[in-house]
Amino acid sequence: MIAFFIKRFFQAVVVMFVISLISFSIQDNLGDPLRELVGQAVSEEERQALRDEMGLNDPFLVQYVRFAKNALQGDLGESYFFKEPALEVILNKFPATLELVIGATFIIVLFSVPLGVYSAIKPQSVFSKAVMGFSIVGISIPVFLTAIGLIYLFSIELGWMPSYGRGETVEILGFWESGFFTQDGLEHLILPCFTLASIMLPLFIRLIRAEMMEVLQSEYVKFAWAKGISPRRIYFLHALKNTMLPVITVGGVQIGTMVAYTILTETVFQWPGMGFLFLEAVNRVDTPLIVAYLIVVGAIFVVTNTLVDLIYGLVNPTVKLAGR
Amino acid sequence: MALLEVKDLEVCFGLRSGAVKALREINFSLERGERLGIVGESGAGKSVLGFSILNLISRPGYISKGAVNFEGQNLADLKPHQLREIRGNRISMIFQDPMMTLNPVLTIGQQMVECLLAHRKMRESDARKIALQKLQQVQIPSPETRLDQYPHELSGGMRQRIVIAIGLLLDPDVIIADEPTTALDVTIQAEIMDLMLNLCEQNNVALILITHDLGVVSEVTQNMMVMYAGRVIERGPTKEIINDPQHPYTQGLMNALPQMAQAGQKLNQIKGAMPPLQRIPTGCAFNPRCEYVMEICRHNLPDSTVSGNCRVACHMVAEMKREQAMGDEV
Ligand SMILES: Nc1ncnc2c1ncn2[C@@H]1O[C@H](COP(=O)(O)OP(=O)(O)OP(=O)(O)O)[C@@H](O)[C@H]1O
Ligand SMILES: [Mg+2]
Repeated sequence: MIAFFIKRFFQAVVVMFVISLISFSIQDNLGDPLRELVGQAVSEEERQALRDEMGLNDPFLVQYVRFAKNALQGDLGESYFFKEPALEVILNKFPATLELVIGATFIIVLFSVPLGVYSAIKPQSVFSKAVMGFSIVGISIPVFLTAIGLIYLFSIELGWMPSYGRGETVEILGFWESGFFTQDGLEHLILPCFTLASIMLPLFIRLIRAEMMEVLQSEYVKFAWAKGISPRRIYFLHALKNTMLPVITVGGVQIGTMVAYTILTETVFQWPGMGFLFLEAVNRVDTPLIVAYLIVVGAIFVVTNTLVDLIYGLVNPTVKLAGR
Repeated sequence: MALLEVKDLEVCFGLRSGAVKALREINFSLERGERLGIVGESGAGKSVLGFSILNLISRPGYISKGAVNFEGQNLADLKPHQLREIRGNRISMIFQDPMMTLNPVLTIGQQMVECLLAHRKMRESDARKIALQKLQQVQIPSPETRLDQYPHELSGGMRQRIVIAIGLLLDPDVIIADEPTTALDVTIQAEIMDLMLNLCEQNNVALILITHDLGVVSEVTQNMMVMYAGRVIERGPTKEIINDPQHPYTQGLMNALPQMAQAGQKLNQIKGAMPPLQRIPTGCAFNPRCEYVMEICRHNLPDSTVSGNCRVACHMVAEMKREQAMGDEV
């Protein structure tokens, strides 16, 4: 267990180093921050002086080392636009994004497991075929179209659901603005969560179905039938537990990826999260904010992957967490 | 009434290219405590037969004709829950590869206890006790610890012992053992086979032993069947068939055995291979490989003829019988 964490820690360090290097080096190509920082009226000499002062004229390596040193102390620079520490600005928006991802994950698990399992057990039934057909269509519809469709139907035509913002939130644990605890907050979550889930849901249904069908062909499932135990136990214990092993691995990575997909969803729904913030930051060439976003997202990837490996190890008795 | 009676059983696979018959005209019966051997080359349909007895052939396979009567009741007529009461309880099965038979994510104890609880009303703690008892019977070292172990923590031989223990868990009337030692290390094959045979004998369990090993069949079974391309081509008392095989295919199998050959005689493999189901030749399926092939063999499927205590499906044997009968009359 300890060996697992040590190994994971070093992997994380390497990954974070690479991410920081990449995100830091692209900032040169994003445009001139000075234009945003100061107005048109400032002369070229003054701009040069300001650049020198900010260290923008130093060699790349010097700049990176300075950046890394600060980053290690949690200082990712100050947002040009907000004039606040970039990391703080990002982390303020983190709860909104995380709740979106949690909601979407919940929806995915809630629907993909029963649908995938059912269509694996009864592949010939009309319902299974409908699910499969629907999932093909689902995969090919772009997110913004789903979002617009949902908004049109449920907000504009039916008027059941709000179409933008987070609604009413409450502060929990002293720092977390949560929409999970008010009815208004939950109502605001529904459409964005379904939109975000719509990308992954068809994939998950198909993945679970394919894995389950393979497991159902296995010798141990055949043996379980020969033992005369109930179909329910065979499907939901013998088969499902084995089905979920690869699904956890693939699924975990996908959920990490979902953080990136929040950019689109948050933009359409005006969701005040990290993704929305990131898009604004790009428009404003707010380099420190962009870099901070990339690093935070990288960290989320590392954390989710570690969690996935942990869960996988718990479910799969043949894996010892000591590392391979 | 026989304990188990298979009557004119036919099993098909609905493939894309059309339905193919994997088994046809299978007839045999099994008495309490009897041991029946089933031999034949790979692809003969031995496993399909084993599974279809328990109505366990998976799609695209299905029983297209005939009946499997267990204590006089056709298993095909039973409702799913009635069938479940028989599976694992009255008739149990031992599979070929113990590495694949046990569920990798459940403990040995879970896999044993669930079987008991499915068939008997009892407390889980009592089920564990019975499981433990059975593990002792199959001579597993430190059985208590095994109950909480996962299959991957055990060796192949140990796992097959556990599969045997599961097979015996509910004191069944019949065990179908499909090549129970083929996947094991040669050094422990005999040991596991002996263990299984002893336990069957002690508990008066009838055994259907599917195997490639004619030697084992000749040693331990009372009756045997030889299968070729989905048909039983010869069946009868093991002794008679081993001493005087009548079907050319059975003779061929025998000649290929080192133990059976006389000193100095050459070992003869039967030439050619068993045809796949889609390309079974007309007439006798064995005709392209048969050294005594006659014209009729290429066109007509031979019926099974009685010859002594045996039944043989071969035109040559039938003809010999006919000549004999005519000779007797004269
Ligand atoms: N699910 C299936 N779909 C199509 N054909 C099948 C299926 N299962 C078995 N068969 C066919 O049925 C025939 C008999 O197979 P079976 O497994 O019973 O052979 P076997 O005698 O047990 O051989 P072995 O000694 O290799 O175990 C083979 O030709 C095989 O290709
Ligand atoms: Mg077989």
